Amino acid sequence: MPKIKVPKHSPSIDMTPMVDLAFLLVTFFMLAAIPRETDPVDVTTPSSISEKIIPDNNLTVTIDKGGRVFMNLSHSDARAEMLENMLGKYKMGLTAEQKEKFTIMTSFGCSMKELPKYIDMTGEERKKFPTIGIPTDSLKNELKDWIYYGNIAALNTGQTKFLEAEMKGDKPDANDFKPKFILKVDGKAAYIFAQNVIDIFRDLNLNNLNFITAGEKAPK
Amino acid sequence: MAEIAEGGGGHDKGGKKRPKKGSTRIDMTPMVDLGFLLLTFFVMTTTFSKPKVMSLSYPAKIDKPEDVKQPPLNNGITFLLTKDKIFYYVGEFNPKEGPATTLEETNFSPTDPKGIRKLLADKNAFVIKQKALLDDQLKRKQIADTTYERLLNGPTGLKTKKEALKVLIKTDDKATCENFIDLVDEVKIAQIGVVAPLELMKSEADLLKAKL
Repeated sequence: MPKIKVPKHSPSIDMTPMVDLAFLLVTFFMLAAIPRETDPVDVTTPSSISEKIIPDNNLTVTIDKGGRVFMNLSHSDARAEMLENMLGKYKMGLTAEQKEKFTIMTSFGCSMKELPKYIDMTGEERKKFPTIGIPTDSLKNELKDWIYYGNIAALNTGQTKFLEAEMKGDKPDANDFKPKFILKVDGKAAYIFAQNVIDIFRDLNLNNLNFITAGEKAPK
Repeated sequence: MAEIAEGGGGHDKGGKKRPKKGSTRIDMTPMVDLGFLLLTFFVMTTTFSKPKVMSLSYPAKIDKPEDVKQPPLNNGITFLLTKDKIFYYVGEFNPKEGPATTLEETNFSPTDPKGIRKLLADKNAFVIKQKALLDDQLKRKQIADTTYERLLNGPTGLKTKKEALKVLIKTDDKATCENFIDLVDEVKIAQIGVVAPLELMKSEADLLKAKL
């Protein structure tokens, strides 16, 4: 009687495609996880049900747990213009290199006096730098000046972008190009710190503010 | 490539001596293991949800506050916020008629019958009901998106009607930003359109202090 031959299969499977895909994913997530430059402060924002995404042209004021104030402007052209105006007002000078570095920086939080030193630091050094943030007290209200010039600069940039979009033949909505003001507050920070900054915005007649919040599901 | 190793070292049958052939295969199992470990790590640490923003309009600053007559507040509720606690009163503060204002306490719990979500939903029942009707009309395509938006959020829309609830928020110096944003969030959940963050009055602060 002939024996029934069980075909002998090799127990190995070719895993090449799977491994290829795995490494592709590793590369993707690695690149997605590392932000280009980190903020000088870590802020945990509260959550809300709001579904509005962050507007493109924005001026962000960050308030950390201890009430220190940092600022950021989204467009680099606007940053350069704002810096020029601030240097003019405070009669200060920076090298071209420092100015260039400022335009690609993330949030900054220091007094005008510390600014040259602050710009020269690396991102990690800025995190450790014992700054009190941008001064907001009524005697030396530098934040007010930053916001004032930042608003003008962001408006100009927005206008240029609007005209560019119009030239292309799109029908842009002017409201999308206007600068929006964003507050990024730490959930644990006392509200009076935020109120202080909000009052500065209101002094400049900028009354529509946005709070950055983490997403949350709306209840049904 | 990475595959399960087959057999042991390979015993030659017959004991014939052969020149050792160097295997062209490298065992990649450890590398693949590490690859998957990294993959798991990055998948778990990456957050894709972009942060969202919540808009809030603050009242404009007026140069001479005494020149402006406060319009009577109808159907308003005022929240006094302190650290992790909310107090509220309905209507105006110490109205000319009726009893003096007393503060009620509520909390952030979404399920508590005394919590803020239930409270606001009850007080703003008119708007929520009307909105449900509008939602229904929108779903059955009886009204357009823009009409829906205008009827709901427009300057004379549903949320600004006389029957709709208006909310004033006042914070003391101990409240945290989280408390404030949670409260505004609850207000938005309850479909309230008119929210005004205001400064705490001295008389209100005293009342609040007595409650703590």
